[in-house]
Order: sequence, then structure tokens, then C-alpha cells
Amino acid sequence: MRYLGIEPKRPKIAVVDFTCCEGCELQLANKEETLGPFLGALQVVNFREVSSEKREDYEIALIEGAVSRADETDRLRRIRKQAKVVVAFGSCACYGGVHRMKNAYSLAAANREVYGDKPKDTDLVRPVKEIIPVDLEIPGCPVNKEEVERIVQHLVMEVPYNFPVYPVCVECKQRFTVCRYDLGELCLGPITRAGCGAPCPAGGLGCWGCRGPDADPNYEEFIASAKKRGFGEREIKERMSFFGGFEGVVP
Amino acid sequence: MTTVNLNVDVHHLTRVEGHGNIRVRIEGGKVKEARWDVVETPRYFEVMLQGKHYTSAGILTARICGICSIGHCLASVRATEDAFGIEIPPLARKLRLLAKHGETLQSHILHLYFLAAPDFLGLPSAIPLATANPTVFHIARRLKGLGNRICDAVAGRTTHPVSIKVGGMARLPERAGLEKLRAELVASTADLAATVEVFAGLSIPDFVRETEFVALKGEKDYPWIGGQLVSTDGVVKPEREYRAMTNEFVTDANTTKWCKVSRESMAVGALARFNLNYRFLHAEAQKVAERLGLKPVNHNPFMNNVAQLVEAVHVAHESIELIDEILRQPASAPISVPVKPRVGSGVGAVEVPRGILYHGYSYDGEGHVTKADCVIPTTQNNLNIHLDIGALVAKLAQQPGMTDARLELLCSMLVRAYDPCISCSVH
Repeated sequence: MRYLGIEPKRPKIAVVDFTCCEGCELQLANKEETLGPFLGALQVVNFREVSSEKREDYEIALIEGAVSRADETDRLRRIRKQAKVVVAFGSCACYGGVHRMKNAYSLAAANREVYGDKPKDTDLVRPVKEIIPVDLEIPGCPVNKEEVERIVQHLVMEVPYNFPVYPVCVECKQRFTVCRYDLGELCLGPITRAGCGAPCPAGGLGCWGCRGPDADPNYEEFIASAKKRGFGEREIKERMSFFGGFEGVVP
Repeated sequence: MTTVNLNVDVHHLTRVEGHGNIRVRIEGGKVKEARWDVVETPRYFEVMLQGKHYTSAGILTARICGICSIGHCLASVRATEDAFGIEIPPLARKLRLLAKHGETLQSHILHLYFLAAPDFLGLPSAIPLATANPTVFHIARRLKGLGNRICDAVAGRTTHPVSIKVGGMARLPERAGLEKLRAELVASTADLAATVEVFAGLSIPDFVRETEFVALKGEKDYPWIGGQLVSTDGVVKPEREYRAMTNEFVTDANTTKWCKVSRESMAVGALARFNLNYRFLHAEAQKVAERLGLKPVNHNPFMNNVAQLVEAVHVAHESIELIDEILRQPASAPISVPVKPRVGSGVGAVEVPRGILYHGYSYDGEGHVTKADCVIPTTQNNLNIHLDIGALVAKLAQQPGMTDARLELLCSMLVRAYDPCISCSVH
């Protein structure tokens, strides 16, 4: 990456994954029109999903996935020792993601249901920050590559990145998307942090809250207003529990 | 007397989705150990589905896989529609298939160029190609981008789609967007032809272990969504009896389950589809198969790479036809039908990039899932990969001058040829 002939620093980065679908990592290889410059801005030294290079001298660790087994906890601690900057990458790393819904069920019963009489080692699902200190959280299921690019640009130029403080509703208005409430659907847009570009409401789906809360969510008013519009407690609860970002405030 | 001693210990194989290990030990020319083990953390999606509303099931199960999330969403809504007795409008079918084709193109190109090709080129990854061979890098980037743009336009987003819903589709793509994609697809034939020549120049390892291939059974077209199931050993089952075509069982060493039908193992994926439905492929795709020396029934798992390329050509051509059909539909053509939940069970089978995927759900009368079952392509392949490793290693142990590094590379290439989606297989 060169702008006006100046060669910026190319930080050494590792991309590692835990309990997840690896969809956020995949975003690093998406937005193909700028893939060359994006990869050129970094030195990818450890990225198991796309490279056989396994260097341990990384400065930044992008961590995808939640934590759900003891060996993952050990691995995370080793990564924290090496990396100057630990980034929780995607909603699973930030909040536990959809996997956190497993915590509502008994682990023994879950094991019986899936593995019968040969249970597998598993634990309660936790976000990365409950195990090690995290320097930056990039939420989203999946992360928005455009936002990731902007963050990397800031990082390389040593300029702090500010996430939007406003909710997804603002981005729906910006792109002239009809409000899902006007179509009679539940939407977590009013309490969810923007920055995704609001692709779901535009694509015909209410917001499921994957990016977690905006800077100043009014939960009481949101829940009361959703109920007034005829959405039941079970539906609101299911929606707010989905990605783990509203843990603790789910009705 | 031979004194061959070889050792391979790959912990978390690279350039595959998810976490798996290869362990090979040869002592005095004898194979003492040859294993493919999946050690991914289990996620229990089938448990998390219980109690969920039908509108959430497809959104949740998309998260089983970051690469084939559209396929999961499609299998999920199909299972729900089957349970509720819903028939979706023809235009919604075409849109779903187009989204599916976008995903297949994206996924196959990702695998061919970014995951598989580096082994043949002696590179750790495709990243160095950006500077070492920009022509090839840009071909890969353009084709992968085209697949993603089709998904964005039709499914609202490429990873974890938003426009696929029970009853049909949530929105119709803009006409101008489809026309632009059509032009891009026509132009992509040059990039695909160049890709065929790139892969024609690679030397595919010669290895055969006969197995039973399973895929959807084509009736008039190369099949992708729904229909009967068929195997190369002559087993035919209706979609709803998918369990008889998978027979999942649990082992101690793996967090994935294993599957088989008539033999000790089975295989699904591009090569299985090619072997079972060759005659339905687009003529241009058949030409590519001929150019690359692939004929049905082929039992070399390394040829799955070639079958993926054949399918990439097929879906590119069929997408052009699909877009034409969609553009011919009147503006008033419905894209969804009303949904009324009912007590019942349903199954959705979809050919996703890595093979046939099944979702099976039961519902209560209010539209909440009471029981769920997902059988993933890589789950169906894992035992086959494990046994292939054994057969490959036994063959290679006899080759003079074999080294640990060479054996590790060939075993790794074998696993990668299946394009395994390991975290998906341990959902």
C-alpha cells in the first residue's frame, strides 16, 4: 500500500480462530476489488485458513470465535503473551455470538442430544474478553469488510478509529430503507450499533442485533414500544439473545 | 528388507476451514498409524434450534458455516416449507438457485486458487501471487468477486444471507443489477478459460481408492436443490429418508460424526455430483471435463479439484440462463407465499459446494422447532478422508526416496482436495 509514494508500516498480523464458522476470516478475502491493496497493507504471518505460513512473531492477533473448551483458553493466553494488540474479530469473539445460546441448555443434555452415549468435551460459551484483555472489538456477524478496511487504514497510520455511536436506524435512513416496523416486523435497529451499513433491513430482514448495543440504548422504551406493537415477550427475548450482545438486558 | 521409517504429525492442518489433524507413522515399511481426526469444538446447533421460531431457524443455521451459509439457509427454509406443506413460487425457486450458483462459484474459486493451488505451485498461500503472478491473482480475484456479487444481489449478503425466507424470497433484485451481472458472467468466460489452462498445467497426483458417491439425483437438470438421493452403488432414497443415506455414528477420537451407506465409507461433493449427474452438465462444462481428463465414474479424490472447476463453468453458464429467465418474468410475479405453521416434520436437501447437505426439523403448531437434525457434507466425507489417508500412505510408503515432508504434503493435499468444511462438520 503506497499513497503519494510513501511506504507505511506493514504490521505483522495473525488471524486465529476458535469456536466459530470462520465467516469473519473469510471476509478478509472478500471485497475482491481492493483485495490486493488490503493484503499489501499487512504482513500476514499466521492465518491457518488461507496460509501454511506459521510464524509466531506477529504484533496483531485477529481473533475470531468464542471460547467453549479448556484448550482454547490456554491458546488464547499464549496469543495474549505474543500480541501487542488483541482484536476480538466478529460477534462470536466480542459477545459469544450465536453459540452463547447454548448456555441456556444443560451441557449434559446437549451432549446427549447430539452425541448420545459418547459425550464430547465442552464448556459454557464465553467471549474472548472474559479470558484475556482485549484491545479492540470489531463486532458483526459477519464483520463488515469495509469497516475492517477503514480500521486497518487507521491502524497502519496510527490514528484511533471511532465506531459509530448511533444505532442501525440511522444507516437505514441514509439508504432510504423502509422501516421494518412499518412493515409489521420486529427489528433491533433502534438499539444496535451502526457501522454495518444496515444490509439486513435493506435485504428484507429486520435487524437481529449482531453488532450489540449502540452507545446509549434505551432498552426500557425499546421493549415497551415493541410490546405495544404486538410483539410478544418470547419473540423479543429470542431476538435479543441471538448474538450475545445484549446479555444481561434481555427481558 | 525395507527400513522405511516415516512420521507425519500435522496439528491443525492449514488452508482448510476448521481444525483437523493428520497423524501418520510408518515403521520398517509398515503403516502403524494413519489417521485423519477432527478436533473442532462442538457447537450443538441442533440443540440451540430447539424452541426457536421458524423465522429464526435459517438465520441461526446459516451460522453453521461461513463459506456455505446460503446453502444452509436454503436447506433450512426448505425443511420448514416441507414441514408446513408450502410450495414456493417458481420465481423464488429461480432466485434461490441463482444465489446458490453465486455461492458455488465463490466457494469453488476460493478453494481452487486460494486453498488448493498453492500446493501445486510450491507456495505457502495465494497471497504471494498478488506480486509474483498478478495476472493469475486478478483472474482469481475477479471470479471470486463475481460469485460474491451474485450472492449480494440476490441474497442481500454473501456471508449469512438476509433475503431468503420461509415461503420464498424477501425481495427481488433490481433489474439493472441483474443485467450488469449477466454482462459480467458473459465476460467471465475468458477468466474461466484461463483458469482451465492454469489447472491443465498442474500435475494431479495419481491415486485411486474406490468408494460410494452420493448426490441428489438429476431428473432433467444438474441437481442442486431438493429431489431424490442416489449413490453410485445403486441406492436410491427419497429426500425425506436422508438418514438411510447417511447413517451417522459417533466415535471416540473425533468431534465430527462419521457416515456410510453400502460400503465402509462414502463421499459427497463436486466429484460425487459429477460422477452421478455428468449427463446434465452444461456442454461447456463437459468440454472442460474432457480437456482436464475427467470422466465419470472417477475414483481419484484429488480430481475433486477438477470437478469443482467443471462445476464453476457449469454454474457460470447456467446463471446467465437463469438471469434471462428471471428478467423475462412479469413485474407482478410473486416471490413469496403466506406462511401458516402446522405440526409436522420436514426435510431439506441441498447440494452445497462440498456436497449434499440435509436439514430435518419437527415443529409444534405455533411454528417453534421441537427437534432438529443437520447432516453436513464434510461429516459424510470425514471417514472417507480417514480411509483415503490410510490407502495413500500405504502406497507412498513403497515409493523409493519418500520423505516425511513429501508424505506430509501429499496427505495434506489429499485432505484439501475434499475442500473440507470442518467446523461445519462439527456443528
